[in-house]
Amino acid sequence: MMKGWMSKFKAIFALVVLALVLSGCTGKPFLSALQPKGEGAEMIYDLMILSIIIMLVVFVVVMVIYTFVIVKYRQKKDDPDFMPKQTEGNHALETLWTVIPIILLLILAVPTVQYTFALADTSPELNEEGEEQDSLWVNITGAQYWWHFEYQDMEVSTSQELYIPVDRRVYLSMGSQDVIHSFWVPSIDGKMDVNPTGNTNEMTLLAKEEGVYWGKCAELCGPSHSIMDFKVIAVSPGEFEQWIKDMQGVTGEETPESATAQEGQQLFQDNCMTCHAIGSSPNKIGPNLTNFGDRIKLGGYLDYNKENLVEWIQTKGLGEDGNMKPGNQMTSAPYELSDEEAAKIAEYLMTLSPSGITPENAKDGVYKDSDLKSLFPKEEEETEGQGESQEDNKDEESSQGSDESSDGSNEGSSEENNDE
Amino acid sequence: MSATARKAGFGAALWDYLTTVDHKKIGILYLVAGIFFFILGGLEAMLIRIQLISPNNEFISAQFYNEVLTMHGTTMIFLAAMPLIFALMNAVVPLQIGARDVAFPFVNSLGFWLFFFGGVMLNVSWFVTGAPDAGWTAYAPLSIFSEGHGVDFYAIGLQISGFGTLMGGINFIVTVVNMRAPGMTYMRMPLFTWTAFIASVLILFAFPALTVGLFMLTFDRLFGANFFDPAMGGNAIIWEHLFWIFGHPEVYILILPAFGVFSEVIPTFAKKRLFGYSSMVFATVLIAFLGFMVWAHHMFTVGLGPIANSIFAVATMAIAVPTGIKIFNWLFTLWGGSIRLTSPMVFALGFIPTFTIGGMTGVMLASAAADFQYHDSYFVVAHFHYVIVGGVVLGLFAGIIYWWPKMFGTMLNEKLNHWFFWLFFIGFHLTFFIQHFLGLMGMPRRYWKFLPDQGLDLFNLISTIGAFFMAVGTIVFLYNVIITQVKGVKVSGDPWDARTLEWAIPSPPPFYNFKQEPLVRGLDPLWIEKTEGNGKIQPATPLGDIHMPNNSFVPFMMSLGLFIAGFGVMFQGTYWVLAVIGFGITAGSMLYRSFKDDLGYHVHKEDLEDEKGDGSNG
Amino acid sequence: MADDMLKSDNLPQNPERASLEGRNKFMGFWFFLGGETVLFASLFGTYLALRNSPAEGPTASEIFGLELVFIMTIVLLTSSLTSVYAMYHMKNGDFKKMQLWLGITVALGFTFLGFEIYEFYHYVHGYHFGYTTSAFSSAFYTLVGFHGGHVAFGLAWIISLMIRNAKRGINLYNAPKFYIASLYWHFIDVVWVFIFTVVYLMGKVG
Repeated sequence: MMKGWMSKFKAIFALVVLALVLSGCTGKPFLSALQPKGEGAEMIYDLMILSIIIMLVVFVVVMVIYTFVIVKYRQKKDDPDFMPKQTEGNHALETLWTVIPIILLLILAVPTVQYTFALADTSPELNEEGEEQDSLWVNITGAQYWWHFEYQDMEVSTSQELYIPVDRRVYLSMGSQDVIHSFWVPSIDGKMDVNPTGNTNEMTLLAKEEGVYWGKCAELCGPSHSIMDFKVIAVSPGEFEQWIKDMQGVTGEETPESATAQEGQQLFQDNCMTCHAIGSSPNKIGPNLTNFGDRIKLGGYLDYNKENLVEWIQTKGLGEDGNMKPGNQMTSAPYELSDEEAAKIAEYLMTLSPSGITPENAKDGVYKDSDLKSLFPKEEEETEGQGESQEDNKDEESSQGSDESSDGSNEGSSEENNDE
Repeated sequence: MSATARKAGFGAALWDYLTTVDHKKIGILYLVAGIFFFILGGLEAMLIRIQLISPNNEFISAQFYNEVLTMHGTTMIFLAAMPLIFALMNAVVPLQIGARDVAFPFVNSLGFWLFFFGGVMLNVSWFVTGAPDAGWTAYAPLSIFSEGHGVDFYAIGLQISGFGTLMGGINFIVTVVNMRAPGMTYMRMPLFTWTAFIASVLILFAFPALTVGLFMLTFDRLFGANFFDPAMGGNAIIWEHLFWIFGHPEVYILILPAFGVFSEVIPTFAKKRLFGYSSMVFATVLIAFLGFMVWAHHMFTVGLGPIANSIFAVATMAIAVPTGIKIFNWLFTLWGGSIRLTSPMVFALGFIPTFTIGGMTGVMLASAAADFQYHDSYFVVAHFHYVIVGGVVLGLFAGIIYWWPKMFGTMLNEKLNHWFFWLFFIGFHLTFFIQHFLGLMGMPRRYWKFLPDQGLDLFNLISTIGAFFMAVGTIVFLYNVIITQVKGVKVSGDPWDARTLEWAIPSPPPFYNFKQEPLVRGLDPLWIEKTEGNGKIQPATPLGDIHMPNNSFVPFMMSLGLFIAGFGVMFQGTYWVLAVIGFGITAGSMLYRSFKDDLGYHVHKEDLEDEKGDGSNG
Repeated sequence: MADDMLKSDNLPQNPERASLEGRNKFMGFWFFLGGETVLFASLFGTYLALRNSPAEGPTASEIFGLELVFIMTIVLLTSSLTSVYAMYHMKNGDFKKMQLWLGITVALGFTFLGFEIYEFYHYVHGYHFGYTTSAFSSAFYTLVGFHGGHVAFGLAWIISLMIRNAKRGINLYNAPKFYIASLYWHFIDVVWVFIFTVVYLMGKVG
């Protein structure tokens, strides 16, 4: 709606933005609000640019007058007794600098109100015939210090990593189990508070490009507020359908390949199932581990490897120096495990990869090589060890997956055409 | 003659300050306490910046970091900026309106001691179970679930100091309304007095909301109430509303007097009367009025819905108009003037572009939809530091340096002041300009650590380097204060060649301020007399006896009582005895005050004639 | 001049505003009441937000009875009227009558407070409606309790003024003190009218 006149500014600002990119002021594409990859983030970015233009106009005017008066009206050395004229004011001038700001603010206020309403709109999308389409709703629960995602009417639950299809609006319904959190994926959309019972919030999320996007908690929620990270993994619609299908099939009783992992499974069932679920169980005392093997990060931000995982299990998420996730609520767990047993559980957990659709499928997204390394540090490991055990049960799925992903990339490129 | 304290010795001086009701001495008390807490808050800021010097840093623990960030915000707002504002108000407002005293000298002293004991209470928390850790905004239910007694210290400490602020506010409202000298009409009042007056009105109507919020927080935490506990039907959002109904006007309580300072400094050193005086007054009133109806712009992401968000967004943008009027009026005061670059003036000139940037990002934040990205990110951190450091702190230092001779009779070293300014100013922009980008690049505020490989390393490093510049600048200022007071070179009553009434009397002024009530003939009365008369303010009344209030130790005891009682309420059990003792001391002091007539005393005409100085400039 | 403040004869028409101190007190107290208004407005706002959140506990319409509250309202309104009489006599310089009417005001105040304590006792023991029962109960007791606390403070204030000045008449020094105490009393009364409407009537009806 605002696109028409917006596009005029865009050309001018392409240069400015390019300059900023070169100077490194726009951050990483998976995290920065300055490199919008989603519907909401793009709208907000437009608004940002508009407001910056207006504000820069004001700033330049102020600075020109400012510099002029300081240079021109310094006390003269040769005439220190110079007596300036004691002006009371000037009605014309005063009216001018009252009216012009009002006009400038109105220019900003109109799209502000429009966008505020547009971003708050969670009514179903309409198809070409004007009929309401089924909406994909995800219930999001924030807890100290992790995120739970439950796909409504689909019997799929997961934690920490939210899979969404690109170019489809995903509807979020958000609530907290404890204190106030705030759900923020800067490169896709603005943030929304995640309130305790009674103040459920709704918003939509639409990623325009495939990719793994970094999410942050934006409301102080305790010691580990700064590491309550999560990811949004945007894959093609076909891959997403596949992922949902694969996830629906999980019962938690699937027997892993290796003997150690099987022992680990038993230990897991004896010690961890009170809080953690595998499959679509509504249990969300602790994070749902259905596709734990596909996680990019451990605990939202740590390197995903067995060593860290064992330490996590043994220290109940706190880490040996207490700094893994300070204040982690896992501490109330009653289990007593030997290092060996913990290693077995870790082995088991790392095999949990029910779907061929993993964050890897989002890799054809938006990254530079250096960014990829930081996102996928476990890449090498997987090819060496743990990847083998999964190969068999993934075979058929991955063939489907790759079909879909080629669809996805087509859509992606058509989107780019639209943009230009 | 107790007020003059002729007795020598440290003990006597201490007793004099503990019992003083003289607004000038109370101003000095506020100044000393405010600077102390400013340094404390600054050290906390340094801890934050050192922690964020590099990614994944483990300089301090996560829990301690949250305590530090909470105490940094709380200390800077409530214990540094507020008292420094009150320091200037006490030192200057009665003199500017030609009054011999404030309306309620006793209440004035009570206000200071309540603030002081509240501030001490907050900081005692460091040594008892840990400081508050839920942010200076103390959002429920995090503040309810917070372990230990940190948040109790926050709630009770702020409650006590909030009472003090409220009383200070009422005192200054009545002082301005009732105590003006003959001829000092409202539209002849200096802008600093105007802004102090309006800020006091804001205090009066904003602080009670905080009082109620803090009571609820205390009751929830200590007495099992359920205001914010969702499990029992409570609602955490109520706290946010109450906090910001107070919190947003609070911003204007701080910034308006700073505007006032600049409106004094700029005309003095541009040698020109303030451009558009009446529109400046009008803008001040309008900002205050609008300031009460925009609190929810702190809550755009809470989920109030698009209608509420839009209304608050537009109302917030409207505040930019009167603020813009002020900026242009200052610029046009400079226009055609004869500018002297003294250190207060340099602070004022540094303020204009800095605050303009702060105001601009303010408008950007007002845009509700865009705020979904800015909110609770480092963009907001940058914005409010531009407003509060770039506006309030620069204003406070301009004011402190400008009125230093009036308060102490000495002059701070100009060269060191310039060093202070440049170190602080450059450090400030290094620290905070770059934080706008950090926020937009995806760094939320109140982050104990940020991760590597997210493009945030370099800017955080630069930001920390800037903070060190600010710290060095502050050290230069403190050094300056010490050497100036040690040297103790006295200056005249009007060292800046200024325009308003306070400069017409000696520095520091006699305890009764004006020997005879001054006659005010217009805006900038001293300037009028300098240009049209003989440079001396004409008296409005003949020399007569001057009525002065007695010193009193009661305010100190009342505040001490509440301080002690606070611990009793907090720790309960056998500690309830502390509450009984504390409330007993306070109630007893009040009864003592009400049962003992306090009629003050008179300085006699004959004694006045003997005193040096004729009450006017010279 | 200072001694004049304590003389009880030849008082001007408005002794409470005859001295600068009196005028300051008078105005300062009005502003203070402005702040108090915000305080009670915040409490009312909170109450309105939470009055339909009784959790497991009883609801407003289950526990409130209007009879007692109506009597309390009458008592407090009457006490406001008697304090007006007291101020009338103060302006006429009739110290004894002022003390008498203030005494009646205090007695009515105590009656009100007694009823309120009985009411709270009744809720706690008759309905298990304690301070910690629910968000609604916390909001109710806090709002009404703050008002009750103001009544208690007002009573203590008026009584100590009466005792302190029992042996001397009205003078320029104490007239403003009596006057603002009565202002405070009126304010408490006005707040109660709102409590009666918002808490009890709306609780019973809507």
